[in-house]
Amino acid sequence: MNEEIKSFTISIYTENNIGLLNRISAIFQRRHINIESLTTSQSEIEGVNRFVIVVNITEAQAQKIIGQFQKQIEVIRAYYHTEEETIFQESGMFKIKSDLLFNEPQIQNIIKESNARIVTVNKEFFVLEKSGRRNEIESLRRDLNIFGIMQFVRSGRISVTKEEMKITEMLSAFNNQ
Amino acid sequence: MDTETANKTQEVLSKTERITGSEAIIKCLIAEDVDILYGYPGGAIMPVYDELYKFRNEIHHVLTRHEQGAAHAAQGFARISGRVGVAMATSGPGATNLITGIADAQIDSTPLVCITGQVPSHLLGTDAFQETDIIGISTPVTKWNHQVTKASEIPEVLAKAFYIAKSGRPGPVLIDITKDAQFGELDFKYEKCTGVRSYIPTPKTNLESVKAAAELINAAKKPMIVWGQGVILGEAEAELKAVIEKAGIPAAWTIMGASAIPTSHPLNIGMVGMHGNYAPNKLTNECDVLIAIGMRFDDRVTGSLNTYAKQAKVIHFEIDPAEVNKNVHADVAVLGNSKDSLTELLPLLNENSHEAWHQEFKDLYAIEFEKVIKDDLHPTKEGLTMGEVLKEINVQSEGNAAIVSDVGQHQMIACRYSEFNKTKSNITSGGLGTMGFALPAAIGAKMAAPEREVVAIIGDGGYQMNIQELGTIFQQKVPVKIVVLNNEFLGMVRQWQQLFFDKRYASTEMTNPDFVTIAKGYHIDGKRVTKREELADAIKEMIASKESYFLEVCVEKEDNVFPMIPSGASVSDIRLS
Repeated sequence: MNEEIKSFTISIYTENNIGLLNRISAIFQRRHINIESLTTSQSEIEGVNRFVIVVNITEAQAQKIIGQFQKQIEVIRAYYHTEEETIFQESGMFKIKSDLLFNEPQIQNIIKESNARIVTVNKEFFVLEKSGRRNEIESLRRDLNIFGIMQFVRSGRISVTKEEMKITEMLSAFNNQ
Repeated sequence: MDTETANKTQEVLSKTERITGSEAIIKCLIAEDVDILYGYPGGAIMPVYDELYKFRNEIHHVLTRHEQGAAHAAQGFARISGRVGVAMATSGPGATNLITGIADAQIDSTPLVCITGQVPSHLLGTDAFQETDIIGISTPVTKWNHQVTKASEIPEVLAKAFYIAKSGRPGPVLIDITKDAQFGELDFKYEKCTGVRSYIPTPKTNLESVKAAAELINAAKKPMIVWGQGVILGEAEAELKAVIEKAGIPAAWTIMGASAIPTSHPLNIGMVGMHGNYAPNKLTNECDVLIAIGMRFDDRVTGSLNTYAKQAKVIHFEIDPAEVNKNVHADVAVLGNSKDSLTELLPLLNENSHEAWHQEFKDLYAIEFEKVIKDDLHPTKEGLTMGEVLKEINVQSEGNAAIVSDVGQHQMIACRYSEFNKTKSNITSGGLGTMGFALPAAIGAKMAAPEREVVAIIGDGGYQMNIQELGTIFQQKVPVKIVVLNNEFLGMVRQWQQLFFDKRYASTEMTNPDFVTIAKGYHIDGKRVTKREELADAIKEMIASKESYFLEVCVEKEDNVFPMIPSGASVSDIRLS
């Protein structure tokens, strides 16, 4: 068994029920596994939610916690994937004083080169949004820090796998039972 | 329930009618064949109790003296009957008092449905009187839990609760119901739950894995079985017996698997684990194929995983996929219900006897007998041993008693020396090790199986953790037999202090009250035995009694339980003294 600690993306397809987040986070908590990021939203299947959780653990640990997730009554299916097996993104938002946008020509270059998007501009501030890998967002943050950032927020990872997930098949098999 | 009554119940339930949430709860219980429940009333569950009064001919409510007692009684009921045990409590402290029993049921896979009252939904989250977040608190120790805030949700949620509690690997479910949902009305119609789409209770047995298991077993020179409670839960006792007899495999059991095969069966080689028998522990590290059936390689069974059965190919028959490779790597994993998979395995096995291998167990048993068992069962010193008490109970009950043991030295002695003729005869707190378990669990066991002799074996420590349940025994007239093995110590902790903490007996000595007087205060007849010559007659009198009976046996104060595998050591390092 590979004991090397790696970044794994855990995907948990669940029923949309109150309290499930508690059950899922408790599984990490009991095993002292720190959650690097957590995103939950509706999945591609109507009425089915998907948790995307990034953790740094060994593959043996990943296999065992997947078993524990699948044991939960309202968990339909859980998977784990390495970074190589997924396509993933994060999103960051930056709130910056508006006068900088007009008085610091360098900022305009940074926005252009980083492919960041201006979400809104008003008299007091403007808001930038940047999607991409963590290091790209961080690099933009470093560049903008020099001028002052009023607020910064970064989302958890969202990810899709390169290979097919057979969740839809599984659900239709159940419905046809 | 006879067919006619069942039909009537079904007729009533299939009709849609406008009733309150409380009445719906009772009707759901009736639909699930619940005729007994254990609980304690209080403000937030009062509407349900009020309805219970109306249905008191259909459902017998047992008022325990503490909610923990209710949960353990429901466990005892479930463990001996294989049915779902039901416990009920009010919100706040009532609900939190159930938690120990729920945690115990979770780790020992016992089907329970616990119903708790909750403050009205508009007060949720306001720190209202007797409000606790019981869903949050019980989440880590339940198989499933759910809060009901609308009367209309009750039938579906309760149906799901019973289905989840008893299907697959069983476990406890908690349903928290707000007071307004109990008062509210609904159009009631009940349909039993037959499936939840995200839940696969019993994974399909893969025939290829059964074949692979059979091949390994047929080629083995030194095969050994360790079975657990999964055999009892899966009702696979006959199938297991057929397998071990056909293939001639020595078979050992975990504490939770005890009694699935009679103690006297020649291929039953005893208990594994920390205080298990010498031979099966020692030979775990010599067998060539280890066949685990419905057991989870608990650390009390395996000792150090680094040295556990490293030489053996491991076959794991298991209903819960999360248990496979959790602690011990399985060369072959057979998922599914033990009854089904052993049925498929049997025809693929060659007949065998493994006589030389079996002789190795006998030789090691002889050593254990000489160094441990002889002194436990036939002592020559003056003080009474726990073992001789168990031996006498075996004689007087002819090995037919259900033994409900608490937690500590007496528990290990009870499991080691009880003669179990029948399955579901060992009711104990295995995984959680809950002191205070036995007295209330014995109540539930006796009520579920009134035809059986139920003997609770309890230490002086654990007895006082739920001693108030004597009141339940008295009020309900439950003819349970209570044996307290009194060594005036928290014996197991004292043993550890002796062996590993330089005999520093920190807070383990107990000055005890007059237990017989306390029993008599609850109108339970009792006796105190201090001498060997009084023991047989006292146990005879106890077994002969048609009513509940209390027997205190004052045993040697500083006896130890051996064999013993020190915590974290290898099973091969099992000590005989």
